[in-house]
Amino acid sequence: MTTNADLEAAGRRRVRVALTGVALRWSVFLAAVGLWQLVTTTLTPEDYAPYFPPPSTIARTLYETWFSGPVSHAFLTPNAIDHLLPSLGRLLGGWALAAAIGIPVGVALGRSRHALDYVQPLIHFGRSIPATTLIPVFIVLFKFSTAMRVSVIVFGVVWPILLNAIDGARRVEPAHLDIARVFRMSRPVRLWLIVVPAAAPRIFAGLRISLSLSIILMVTSELVGATDGVGFFLSNAKKGFELPEMWSAIVLLGIVGYLLNTALLAVERRVLGWQFNAEEVR
Amino acid sequence: MNTPVAVVRPFRRLRARGAGRRLLRGLVGVVVVLLLGELVGRAGLVDRSFLPPSSTVLAHAGRLVTDGGFLGDVAFTLGAWASGLLVACVIAVPAGVLFGSVPVVDSAARVLVEFLRPIPAVALVPLVLLIVADQGEMERVLAAYAAIWPILINTIYGAGDVDPLARDMARCFGLSRLAILVRVWLPSVAPFVATGVRLGSSVALIVTISTELISGGGGNGLGQFIFDASGNPDGAADVFAAVVVTGALGLLLDVLLRYGERRAFRWHFERLEAAG
Repeated sequence: MTTNADLEAAGRRRVRVALTGVALRWSVFLAAVGLWQLVTTTLTPEDYAPYFPPPSTIARTLYETWFSGPVSHAFLTPNAIDHLLPSLGRLLGGWALAAAIGIPVGVALGRSRHALDYVQPLIHFGRSIPATTLIPVFIVLFKFSTAMRVSVIVFGVVWPILLNAIDGARRVEPAHLDIARVFRMSRPVRLWLIVVPAAAPRIFAGLRISLSLSIILMVTSELVGATDGVGFFLSNAKKGFELPEMWSAIVLLGIVGYLLNTALLAVERRVLGWQFNAEEVR
Repeated sequence: MNTPVAVVRPFRRLRARGAGRRLLRGLVGVVVVLLLGELVGRAGLVDRSFLPPSSTVLAHAGRLVTDGGFLGDVAFTLGAWASGLLVACVIAVPAGVLFGSVPVVDSAARVLVEFLRPIPAVALVPLVLLIVADQGEMERVLAAYAAIWPILINTIYGAGDVDPLARDMARCFGLSRLAILVRVWLPSVAPFVATGVRLGSSVALIVTISTELISGGGGNGLGQFIFDASGNPDGAADVFAAVVVTGALGLLLDVLLRYGERRAFRWHFERLEAAG
């Protein structure tokens, strides 16, 4: 029997574990940055020193280049408005478009053995094509436009979403579907109440993989003939030999990736909360 | 479980028939798409020099795979891919085993991985371009960087998954440290490493080709070939053909690695299937 006192103690314990986790995480992070600072300021040979500015310089440049803007612009500098926002727009737009295509098609294919048989080789072939090799193709079709960059992202990230949605939809507990049929649920209701929730964990896994993939493709598509974006900023900094600026953009991309992943995890935990609870009870 | 042979056989035949039907359907799908590509290419919806019909693309692909210069490019890309992947394995596997087996190091390493992994390898291309002059060297560095993460994460996961009961039992039986490593750790970690290597391999291939594409013309490799062909006024068919060859190459590597994984670690997959 679990009493209220037990539950409270368990809750307190969980909070404590979470807090030590956060403390550990940031102390490891700070120690690593400290080591990085030490290595770049004292141990790096002269010849390489300009290529590896210390993290303190990178942090200052990061702040000055991207986040020292006026309050009215949410602290964003003109640089950030010109490069970071278009990049983020294309990244999220391409990702959302891929999800809008991949999830419904994947769930439909996962529920139909026959349809899946027809397209499976095509899916595996498409998945094997590195999306970046299609950049020249999309350049020819869409010129150097936003459409070109977004289509590179969509083509590259639709596969993990599609494959995971197929896999998720195929693994619906047959007994659940039988029960739904006994209760005379209509097809759409069955789909929405049984299939989609059962496939949701896999769908989220696919979304997470494709999110980090879309950052890669966003940068790559901007390194080729772009006029704005973080990737364009990177290649410009390279031309001007501005190493701290270049590093600030690299770190910025890491931060963006980290934040987006954390945000998606939070959404996942909210949407799939029932499932985590179910697992705990078990 | 002891299933009588007489029961198993018909099932096998059934499964074989299902596989044949699936293959046939897959072929139908491929043919339909090729026909569509042919129609769209010929109908003139899009300029022929932009979107060549499938037959032209396939003919070009056929010519490319027998062309010495193109094969040299493929070999160059594969060389950079393989050595990058090897470097990643040499770094990530021992590190992963170490991280995964020492709890304190494990949580610290997870934190660092969590912070470093979001940095995309291609974002480092401009930096590496400045530091490393040689194109092949540059590709190796970036491919290794990209492939390290999946291998490391899977190895850490595998090292944490070693059955403590088996480990303690081996210790009780007085097995030496080395024997425990070989008999308990290795069989338990190896399948996870293999999965990491497969994932890392596809990432490394993508990064290698992307680096070739980004770093500009005049060099070697598949990416450079595509870059150069796309600058050519009637190179569209060559671009598409090279993309098809690249896809086939990626698929082939993936299938080979998957097959090797299944063969080498059959017990692992049987356990997984039994559990799930």
